[in-house]
Amino acid sequence: MIRPRVIPCMLLKGEGLVKTVKFKDPKYLGDPINIVRIFNDKEVDELIFLDILATTENRRPNFELLGKITSECFMPLGYGGGIRDMDDIKKLLGIGVEKFVLNTSAVENPSLVRAAADHAGSQAVVISIDVKKSLFGKYEVFTRAGKKGTGLDPVKFAVDMEQQGAGEIFVNSIDRDGTMEGYDLELIRRVAESVTVPVVACGGAGNIQHLAEAVKAGASAAAAGSMFVFQGPLHGVLISYPTQDELKKVMP
Amino acid sequence: MIVIVDYGVGNLGSIKNMFKKAGFKAEPSSDPAVIRGADKLILPGVGAFDAAMRKFRETGLVPVVGELVLEKKVPVLGLCVGLQLMTRGSEEGTEAGLGWFDAETIRFKFDAEHAHLKIPHMGWNEIHVRRQHPLVDELLADSRFYFVHSFHVVAKGTEAVLAETEYGVTIHSILGKGNIVGAQFHPEKSHKFGLQLLKNFAERVS
Repeated sequence: MIRPRVIPCMLLKGEGLVKTVKFKDPKYLGDPINIVRIFNDKEVDELIFLDILATTENRRPNFELLGKITSECFMPLGYGGGIRDMDDIKKLLGIGVEKFVLNTSAVENPSLVRAAADHAGSQAVVISIDVKKSLFGKYEVFTRAGKKGTGLDPVKFAVDMEQQGAGEIFVNSIDRDGTMEGYDLELIRRVAESVTVPVVACGGAGNIQHLAEAVKAGASAAAAGSMFVFQGPLHGVLISYPTQDELKKVMP
Repeated sequence: MIVIVDYGVGNLGSIKNMFKKAGFKAEPSSDPAVIRGADKLILPGVGAFDAAMRKFRETGLVPVVGELVLEKKVPVLGLCVGLQLMTRGSEEGTEAGLGWFDAETIRFKFDAEHAHLKIPHMGWNEIHVRRQHPLVDELLADSRFYFVHSFHVVAKGTEAVLAETEYGVTIHSILGKGNIVGAQFHPEKSHKFGLQLLKNFAERVS
């Protein structure tokens, strides 16, 4: 039987990989190609790359860099950042990216979700929802790299996106990003119980127990950044990934 | 050369990359002349059955590929929906399949104990090899493969069932009959385990 997926989520800034805290203070980690090779050797379940500047810089995906990444990447690969139309999606498919992560586009141009699903199948369309919790405990969807509030409720938005043809919902808590204190389980639970497609939890994982908690809350997969790239209290950069045995032991 | 039949569906870049890593040249093509010159063929596919079958027919390549596979016995590997196209048809749509396997593509039907399972079946799963065939005789220990599909194939009889996989029900994850083989999962996205399977296809299936 299947084990829930565990997915390193890597952030691209220019040609380098970075890790943020609450979507701020990007810390440089290294060259993406080197890091992909390490994750490939560690046989990770899947990888997600998000270009955190493409949309705010009004840029298309960096196809050249992504082509280099896919030629070193022999596991499922998702990419998000600056995807605006079907041309972008066809180019990504051509270089070997099989999941398109839509965030700002999904809010501002929802017809792209349907068009992408019709062309490549729903399984290829991942909607990434960046969520911030207000002081009063209300969840809100943010776009444009977490900078723009939309007034949308993440649960309603997720349901809407599923109807548009999305095959996966990637829920990222801006408040938990980089904190390593655990996922926002309430948020994951609410989204997961409202949609039938798989939910990927992101934002806050600090250890392998956290990954299991996300799955118990209803996620089909757990994504993380910091815990796979940092080591020790000083956050030295060291790429790691749990072994198959460790994952089998902890996952429900 | 291995030719990946390009009828406008599927992630051809990944398949090409994995063959390259395995040491083989595989090129996508929709040109009948190039396809006729192929040593081996890959039939890719993702998305909905009817959409894939219609696109494949629209290219006019179905008779070309059919003749190569059925009469000239050129080895062919179907991947994911590419395997499903090789069956008689799918509960996902109304189009007739290629019918190369005496098999149908059906919906997942779970009993109460497995009703919680999500569809699509997405993630890494094991296969249990049931028959000898050059495609599966030499696979790595503890092989696991990346699956993503909402419908699955069921063969009539066991003759062509090379491997099975459990996901609420038993699915036929690899079918094979002489030169015609197909996998429900994505070997091109399955690390060294998938690389070995593609290598087996390139080196051994004839």
